[in-house]
Amino acid sequence: MKLTLKIWRQENAKATGKMVSYPIDGIEGDMSFLEMLDVLNEELVAKGEDPVEFDHDCREGICGTCSLQINGEPHGPDRLITTCQLHMRKFNDGDTIVIEPFRANAFPVVKDLIVDRSAFDRIQQAGGYVSVNTSGNTIDANSIPVNKHDADDSFAAATCIGCGACVAACKNASAMLFTSAKVSQYALLPQGQVEATDRVMNMVRQMDLEGFGNCTNTGACEIECPKGISLENIARMNREYLSASTKG
Amino acid sequence: MSILESKIPEGPLKDKWTKHKNDINLVNPANKRNIDIIIVGTGLAGGAAAATLAELGYNVKTFCYQDSPRRAHSIAAQGGINASKNYQGDGDSDYRLFYDTVKGGDYRSREANVYRLAEVSGNIIDQCVAQGVPFAREYGGYLDNRSFGGVLVSRTFYAKGQTGQQLLLGAYSAMNRQINRGKIQSFNRHEMMDLVLVDGKARGIIARDMVTGELERHSAHAVVLASGGYGNVFFLSTNAMGSNVMAAWRAHRRGAYFANPCYTQIHPTCIPVTGDHQSKLTLMSESLRNDGRIWVPKKKEDAIAIREGKKKPTELSEEERDYYLERRYPSFGNLVPRDVASRAAKERCDAGFGVNKTGQAVYLDFASAIKRYGKEAAFTSGHKNPSEAEIIKLGKEVVESKYGNLFQMYEKITDQNPYETPMMIYPAVHYTMGGLWVDYNLQTTIPGCYAAGEANFSDHGANRLGASALMQGLADGYFVLPYTIGDYLSKDIRTGKIPTDSPEFEATEKEVKDKIDRLMNAGGKHSVDTYHKKLGKIMWEKCGMARNEQGLREAIEEIKALREDFWKNVKVTGSATAKNAELEKAGRVADFLELGELFAKDALHRNESCGGHFREEYQTEEGEALRDDENFRYVAAWEYKGEPSDAALHKEELIFNNIELKTRSYK
Repeated sequence: MKLTLKIWRQENAKATGKMVSYPIDGIEGDMSFLEMLDVLNEELVAKGEDPVEFDHDCREGICGTCSLQINGEPHGPDRLITTCQLHMRKFNDGDTIVIEPFRANAFPVVKDLIVDRSAFDRIQQAGGYVSVNTSGNTIDANSIPVNKHDADDSFAAATCIGCGACVAACKNASAMLFTSAKVSQYALLPQGQVEATDRVMNMVRQMDLEGFGNCTNTGACEIECPKGISLENIARMNREYLSASTKG
Repeated sequence: MSILESKIPEGPLKDKWTKHKNDINLVNPANKRNIDIIIVGTGLAGGAAAATLAELGYNVKTFCYQDSPRRAHSIAAQGGINASKNYQGDGDSDYRLFYDTVKGGDYRSREANVYRLAEVSGNIIDQCVAQGVPFAREYGGYLDNRSFGGVLVSRTFYAKGQTGQQLLLGAYSAMNRQINRGKIQSFNRHEMMDLVLVDGKARGIIARDMVTGELERHSAHAVVLASGGYGNVFFLSTNAMGSNVMAAWRAHRRGAYFANPCYTQIHPTCIPVTGDHQSKLTLMSESLRNDGRIWVPKKKEDAIAIREGKKKPTELSEEERDYYLERRYPSFGNLVPRDVASRAAKERCDAGFGVNKTGQAVYLDFASAIKRYGKEAAFTSGHKNPSEAEIIKLGKEVVESKYGNLFQMYEKITDQNPYETPMMIYPAVHYTMGGLWVDYNLQTTIPGCYAAGEANFSDHGANRLGASALMQGLADGYFVLPYTIGDYLSKDIRTGKIPTDSPEFEATEKEVKDKIDRLMNAGGKHSVDTYHKKLGKIMWEKCGMARNEQGLREAIEEIKALREDFWKNVKVTGSATAKNAELEKAGRVADFLELGELFAKDALHRNESCGGHFREEYQTEEGEALRDDENFRYVAAWEYKGEPSDAALHKEELIFNNIELKTRSYK
């Protein structure tokens, strides 16, 4: 395959960025999207140019490191996968592919296609945990039975990989899907009940402080989420928030 | 030759850990506030240790190269975590988990460490459930289990195919609680470049801020290395792209012995390589071997026809298939340990029965599981005379609920639907049992420098059983280090803050800087990846699933030559004082080029086959590994002396008082 790549290049957080075109040849369908970028980077290095920096690590869709807005969509055209799982067989010979970083005020660009998603860490730090000591002196695991459906729903929410596609997909750059997934994981389990009120209030406060936008229910986040995190989580978080607010 | 002091406590095996905990020194809460601990790596071992030590009151600094602690590669572990809870009532116990682990490791691990691991395993599950880790449950609300390779009980707890993710997010949440309290400072996108020793003790690290390129000095009273394994020395592995040996190797260069580097786990069920562009390999969880049956065609003609695309696997009848694991190992069948399953796949493929274009793949088939589950589901839902189509539909639903994410992952990568056609799999490098030598307290040969999780060598011997890596990481982090490190730190309560302007920090930082300058200013002929790929090829061909003396001797020479060429001719673009992925890779590959040679040297000296280390010269007539307990029942711990070829061997004899050494048999 012969392709034209239009890639966002930005030297560092302070520099002004721009789109740069790169022709590329010899791309095979079995290559992953990131392997295609590896090929480009090897060519750039050979020419003595700065390779394109992008975040990636596990390359099997679970660490949440890779990002990329590909032709306007987070993680590209396919559904329920991350960029590292996207394969070039989804593209055609002669295509032009536009590659940008995830765009949001709360995700400043670090370099080229790399953004700073530490805002997500700070939201988790505000309350995304159960305050139990890790001493091992807890009760036997089976003394807390959990309804299977609740456990399954909690698990489904907990599979969020924190990649930020929901924010990049949202016209408001809202982090509601991300935040609500964590709130839901605990809201659905007995272990999470004790701190439920503080958790949702603190996490939402931090989310707002980080400069993420509000949710206007467009549902783009759910469609682009590589893990299929459901919008129901946002509804659940709103209920949790409302009930926490009335408790004062 | 010096004797390594393993510091195994006296007394009966089952009392050792309890007694040790009672005997060791504690640090009072007020003093803990004056003690700093550095933890490198935030996976299960590092994350768990950071959370627990911070909760105890120590000041913790964590370092990870990822942009968040949550992305450490523990996250990719799929199948599960072992614990001797015996919730299934199938005869499990601490002793049995201990026994299985020692046997699975081919009698090359340390009894006392393994028993402690088994002993705390149940606690891990309690802890994780209390944290809100959403494990799989049965309809009654209780925890579900499944089976893994090398054992005859169901002791594996799981969260679909994302167990590592859920456990890591649990540890990360515990870390977040401490970050929020100000007890952990987390340095992300930071790489440890070197270990700083003051008066022979580990007292800090030099780290590089990967965004600004700045070198930073961080001091502490103790340093924990929980930086994972070194599988990426093979270039292609199931490890994350960034996984590296830098922290452990730099500690090795400062005096920490490196143990059993040649013990590598080649995992039997990975997606086969498709071409030269391949950047990494993807694992298909061992849990799939619970239900998947592994086979190749019985007749070579069929294998050839399949390779040429003239036949489909589904066209072959039962009689035309060779379920070679079930044939060779009737009692364990498809659930033999990983090393055995990998070698058996290689044997069939080498004999010409491989099934993909390259001839390097075997089938993992779910057709019979789909039927079995379908019948069961039809029966329990009161469906007395289900049609074949209904059975298959119901069966697929059950299989999807168990392995859905793995099947999806497979389909995305290969463009084939594993519900309809058997998966193709082939072994790939997955885990390294070797690592920094540690004593019972997880301390390396450098006082104050500890190693936990995959970074140490202690628990898995020559082969790790499935679902035991998560167990070991969390055991080390939550339950072992917090005790043992206190014993060491109790002598440091009056030391006060370690200054970072000492000559030792100065000198180490300069060495780091010089090394970076050398990389930036080398000849500039070939990219870093060129060298990494060449190294990987040597490692896979000569130090992979089967090794022999001649190949290992060649590997040593070739790696040495490649390393010399690397330092002369590597090309690193960009600047050292900015984000620079090429420079990051170069530093890591430089270390792999040293480790690789030591790896081959270790494999060459071990004139026996055990676990993942298979020397072709040492095998039984049936092609099984032939151990030599008389001459090699020891841990090989290598001391750095400059060039890897000069490394000095130290032996820790392994003593088995509670287990009889036998030839491992899974027949």
